[in-house]
Amino acid sequence: MTTFTQKSPVFVVVQLSGGNDFMNTLVPYSNPAYYDNRKFLNISEEDVLALDGTLGWHPEMAPFKELYDRGMVSVVQGIGYPDSNRSHFRGMDIWHTCAPDEVSTIGWLGNVIEQLDPSGDNPLTGVNFGVGLPRAMSKAGVPVTSVSNLDEYGLMSGIAAQQQRDQALQIFKDMYGQAVGSGPVMDYLSRTGMDVLSGADLIKVAPQQYESTIEYADNPIAKSLRDVARVHTANLGTRVFYTQQGGYDTHANQLPTQPGLFRDMSRAVNDFFADLEEHDADENVVMLIFSEFGRRINDNGSGTDHGSGGGAYLVGKPVAGGLYSEYPSLERDKWEKGEDLAHTIDFRGIYGTVLEQWLGLDAAPIVYGNFEQINPFRAN
Amino acid sequence: MANNNLALKAHLLRRAGFGASRFELEQISDKSYEEIVEDLVHPERFEEIDEDYLKRYNPDVSYHDNIGSHAGRWIWRMINTKRPLEEKMTLFWHQVFATGYYKGDHTPSTIQQIETFRENGLTNIKRILLDLAKDPSMNYWLDNCENHSDQPNENWGRELLELFSMGVGNYSEEDVKQAARAFTGWTFEQPLPLYPYGHYETKFVFNESDHDNSEKTFLGRKGNFNGEDIIDIICEERATTLFICRHLYNFFVEDEAQVPAWSIEPPRNPEAVDTMIDILMSNDGEIRPVLSYMFNSDFFKNSFYKKVKNPSELVAGTLKLSGRYSVVPADGENVGTLYGTVAVMGQALMNPPTVEGWHTGHEWIDGGTLNERVNFAVNQFNDVSSPGFRDILERLGPLVESVDLVDSCLDLIGPIEVGEETRIALSKYAEEIGDVNLGTNEDKVENAQKIARMIQLIVSTREYQFA
Repeated sequence: MTTFTQKSPVFVVVQLSGGNDFMNTLVPYSNPAYYDNRKFLNISEEDVLALDGTLGWHPEMAPFKELYDRGMVSVVQGIGYPDSNRSHFRGMDIWHTCAPDEVSTIGWLGNVIEQLDPSGDNPLTGVNFGVGLPRAMSKAGVPVTSVSNLDEYGLMSGIAAQQQRDQALQIFKDMYGQAVGSGPVMDYLSRTGMDVLSGADLIKVAPQQYESTIEYADNPIAKSLRDVARVHTANLGTRVFYTQQGGYDTHANQLPTQPGLFRDMSRAVNDFFADLEEHDADENVVMLIFSEFGRRINDNGSGTDHGSGGGAYLVGKPVAGGLYSEYPSLERDKWEKGEDLAHTIDFRGIYGTVLEQWLGLDAAPIVYGNFEQINPFRAN
Repeated sequence: MANNNLALKAHLLRRAGFGASRFELEQISDKSYEEIVEDLVHPERFEEIDEDYLKRYNPDVSYHDNIGSHAGRWIWRMINTKRPLEEKMTLFWHQVFATGYYKGDHTPSTIQQIETFRENGLTNIKRILLDLAKDPSMNYWLDNCENHSDQPNENWGRELLELFSMGVGNYSEEDVKQAARAFTGWTFEQPLPLYPYGHYETKFVFNESDHDNSEKTFLGRKGNFNGEDIIDIICEERATTLFICRHLYNFFVEDEAQVPAWSIEPPRNPEAVDTMIDILMSNDGEIRPVLSYMFNSDFFKNSFYKKVKNPSELVAGTLKLSGRYSVVPADGENVGTLYGTVAVMGQALMNPPTVEGWHTGHEWIDGGTLNERVNFAVNQFNDVSSPGFRDILERLGPLVESVDLVDSCLDLIGPIEVGEETRIALSKYAEEIGDVNLGTNEDKVENAQKIARMIQLIVSTREYQFA
């Protein structure tokens, strides 16, 4: 039986799906090469929220900048991996499995959850909010819970009479509980069904116990992070949370699209940490925000095509805020594939940083190797 | 044996269509399996579905506003069409050529794209790809309208090769750029603004002045290629035929690894796919002969439980059984709500999350979606007055003995087979309720609930999750 104390380290992943344009997130506004190459899609010096003489946040990242100014954000500049794959699908797969050279179905967080809860006793050790479990969380035999609607999660909830519902649930248990090796998918169904039964029983207390003065905005990422807060503050033993925000694939119309995404995301993240602080539940939470790749250095007149190096962020009280790794060079001869920001640090090193310095796990077996780490956590 | 034949036909209709009620299976009882396959691949033999009734009861589908109404209208068509394979192929191409509504928020072009798949889905690879290249919804989705002779945008060129025809590993980055250049100037007529005009359709235009007219080198060929030439060349490649046949096998026969793995993992059944490739190539890219071969093959007939139902299959198939969305939808039912139903199961029709489409097979299932699938199916049988359930009740006869209850219900729901552990659990329930008397109307009223519960348990099973 694993033990969970209220202060066990908790890890929250927010995936920005579609490939966020790092250059217009943290803007190298003092560098003329930025304006030379971003003729159409640039943020002017007057508009950036400057953080030093060279870099500034996108203007819609103000709530995020506030966290940065409070020392709660470590920016990982130039995150990526060698020979970045520009396909969303494959690119995301690589981030989810740490396996760039083969197709793996084992998610890195699946490995993490397995190590945090080796006996699989608690189906809530890993919880995803959203429709569809990300591959990062999946590993055969490792129970995780995936919730699209926290308030209505539970089987047979449409059967009104409690006694009949209980009877149906018992038979469901009999049917799904007898995995006897009738094929991998059938076994997977059995396991998933049993996890839903037990997970739903446990998680239902989360919405009941939750009270907060924080009013989240009405958009998907805000709703998801509120759900994370509701479950985290219920102390159900969840160590890994996952959720995502889509829409970052800005080949066109980036100018009107990206600000709305940033507004929703940065506000939601700010509200989330305020909520945790209100519940005195923020000391043990670190969030990773990432995207599967950065975008092309040159814009295409309306948007930006798929690129390579990008940015990621570690957020939370335990984090020692600041800039980490190096901002990728804008000098033409340093461009990856002649078109993209070259990565300056491997994402597997950042995973390793979280694994070893935050979750206390051995990184090498999970990220398949040893990669350069950073030191983004406060010394206790 | 007769019963096996019925099970086989039910299997065919679950895969080539969206399942069949017992009434529908009876209507084709005098046809052989092979004759049914021929009927399926020739939908023009049957009348097109008349949407007048639907429009009377769900007036919102007459307008080009709400995408959810039209996704729901599509599910209603899946349930009620006399041309099931036509709708199934429409879904097939939608899944392969995944185009999301959310980017353009332009309902008419989304509907138009689905209509195009409905019209050309059983024709020829070349026509299907060319129609796709000219489709305004796709054009906007992959930014070809931003692909200019002086500033190419390679999104469409890349995905055409990677996701719509050849697959990773069969072309170079340079081929992507050259393909993009060939499609410069392929755009659409600017639609009228939504306000105050409302939603109007748009159409493809070729803007010659924005087309890159210089020489290109694509897949080793040189010439002043336009988009049509690129598609011609793509269709000459065996990689394209392989890609399409793997998709067909994956969609109709057996769940394969996800598409990105295809450049690394060989097909599950290489022999079957090879034969399909030969048939597709020797028929110049015509789809029908491949489908006929596939549905009549032993590998198809022996593929029970090798495919997890996608949400549309689960929802349309279950509603065929309950009968609540027959040609005239039951009181108070609005087809638009069905969009939300499939969306929470992970398949927002007409609105896939990315151009890669959905992760399929067992990836349809996780704790959240299994919860939705089970609850949806169960809830369709809360109401014992639904026409489909009443039909099942009639067919059970005046007295169902406890020992027969499980088999009789499994038969009427499919027929479907279940594993031993499932059967034991269902039988336990049958024993608890004992013999069920359905002789008189009063008996039916009194005992309907017991039968409904058995049906609810069956549609909750693991086995029911498979197509």
